Amino acid sequence: MLSYAIKRIGLAVLIIFVVMLAMYAMVFLVPGDPASLALGPRATPELKRALMERMGLDQPIYVQVWNFFRNALTGDLGYDVWSKRPVSEMIAEVFPNTLFLGAVAMTIALVAGIGLGCLAVVWQGRAVDRVLAVLSVSMISIPSFVVAIYLLLVFAVWLGWFPAIGAGEAGDWGSQIRAVVLPAAAIAITWVGYLARLVRASMLEVMAANHVRTARAFGLTEARIVLRYALRVAIVPVIAIVAVGFGSILSSAVFVETVFSRPGIGTLITSAVQKRNFPVVMGSVLFMTAFYLTVVTLADLLMAKLDPRVRDTLRG
Amino acid sequence: MSAPLIKVDDLSIAYASEEGPVQALRHATLEARAGEAIGIVGESGCGKSTLASALITLLARNARVTSGGVQFGGRDILSISEEEKRKLRGRHIAMIFQDPMTSFNPVLTIGEQLVDFQGQREGLSKAEKRQQAAAMLKRVGIADPGRCLDRYVAELSGGMRQRAAIAAALLMAPDVLVADEPTTALDVTMEAQIIHLLRELRRDYNGAIVIVTHHLGVVGELCDRVYVMYAGEVVEEGSTDDVYHRPRHPYTRALIACDPANLHEQTPLLPTIPGRLPDLVSPPSGCSFAARCPQASELCRSMAPPYVEVGPRHAARCHEALA
Repeated sequence: MLSYAIKRIGLAVLIIFVVMLAMYAMVFLVPGDPASLALGPRATPELKRALMERMGLDQPIYVQVWNFFRNALTGDLGYDVWSKRPVSEMIAEVFPNTLFLGAVAMTIALVAGIGLGCLAVVWQGRAVDRVLAVLSVSMISIPSFVVAIYLLLVFAVWLGWFPAIGAGEAGDWGSQIRAVVLPAAAIAITWVGYLARLVRASMLEVMAANHVRTARAFGLTEARIVLRYALRVAIVPVIAIVAVGFGSILSSAVFVETVFSRPGIGTLITSAVQKRNFPVVMGSVLFMTAFYLTVVTLADLLMAKLDPRVRDTLRG
Repeated sequence: MSAPLIKVDDLSIAYASEEGPVQALRHATLEARAGEAIGIVGESGCGKSTLASALITLLARNARVTSGGVQFGGRDILSISEEEKRKLRGRHIAMIFQDPMTSFNPVLTIGEQLVDFQGQREGLSKAEKRQQAAAMLKRVGIADPGRCLDRYVAELSGGMRQRAAIAAALLMAPDVLVADEPTTALDVTMEAQIIHLLRELRRDYNGAIVIVTHHLGVVGELCDRVYVMYAGEVVEEGSTDDVYHRPRHPYTRALIACDPANLHEQTPLLPTIPGRLPDLVSPPSGCSFAARCPQASELCRSMAPPYVEVGPRHAARCHEALA
């Protein structure tokens, strides 16, 4: 288990390194140098050079990469080109919003997805199951930004139940929760459908397994069989998917935050890209990559803990 | 002689299928007394697994009882409520499953499961149930029961798994013990050890044992009486000695002749019974074995044979047996 954990963490560090190299390559592949793009066509060469120096773009690329990683390790992600604020501070300011949005979306997805999946198993082959099948596939196929616009239109503009923009008042939980409902629902809906299908398939397979028959043969109650014997086996693939799904939820957050004008990492990255504010883009992407990899690695370790068979394949 | 503990009475079971109901079990009658071990033998598809499921009241969803029932404790246990069936299982009728690798839950330890399996035993704490489980593991020959309880099924060897499965079934001292192919998943040395263990356990077990297998040797080693099944019917019953040495049904004879254990000379081709099982959606009106029987006459093909008593507690479903 320990050697497995070390292996996983090593892999995560390697992935971060590759992602950041790719980001650097992209900066150099974007036509025109960042400084003249940022300053506009009328900038003087002196101004450009000054900005290049400030952004560290005059150095050879390997020096830049080295500096970036060295600074990142100490928590220094560089400075905003325009406002000169530390990037880490900007991230710290908006990230809780994104995390809250992601967590609420994930909770909606898990509760509704597992719930609907179990319902479909209990009513397998009946009308409820068929309606859920159509519903889940529809939920999977609609992109979240489309859902976001419709949710805005119906619940914010027509019905006026929820605010259309923003993240609510700081310190006021009620308004923050009201503000998160629509964007979270927009992100979650795809995952509700997906998880419902996944849980249904996984549970049906497990309920037909020999060990469930054994549990029945020893007179265990059906509730205990479903919740302790079947769900615990069926949930393992769900955890893996949910962890990977967290990445997809964070990337949907970029769209959804823009649609709802919610402060967050998504809006931060979008506006920084538009202004060619490279330190902010790099810092935010590094942070998100590291965060995502942490979640996935933790999920892998949790899975290994829940299912001894996963552990065995790693040992062997 | 004591009254039968469990009695299968004229039981017919059909499975719903697209071609129509498959009559997997047709008017099967058999009984097991306390202290007795009976064997049910036959080839794949003869209905022995359906019979085993019926004994433990765990029929598949698409199965339907079309006649008869299973008498236990003075009632038909196939027509009682689900909740009453649940209370019988494990406590009064327990099963040793065919493949212990897949019969134990992969994500719970053996100990957690053996404790759960005693759910119907009241007034015992979790720790006491664990002690019971450890004592039973010890009794089936597991040297280090404490360690075994903390293991997952995938971490046990094949023999240990089967021993744990036997321990699970014996945990609550059930009245009837059903063993479904108890040695099929094992290699030959393991098989010998498990047969030895079951024989030993039999000595101080007072219930009835039903062993379902295609393996004639296992029945020969363990059972007092044997029922031979073919195409959903019991075609012969009798003491193991009578059936093995004085078989009266041509199918029983053919089955014994095909057992590699009875071959005395080297042969390039193992003997088989020519032909195939009849279609169970529309079983033949005459004897079900007629199409494969070397002695079949016109009578066999047109009229179902009677169940003929050919000796004390020895009977065969064959026209020839009458003569």
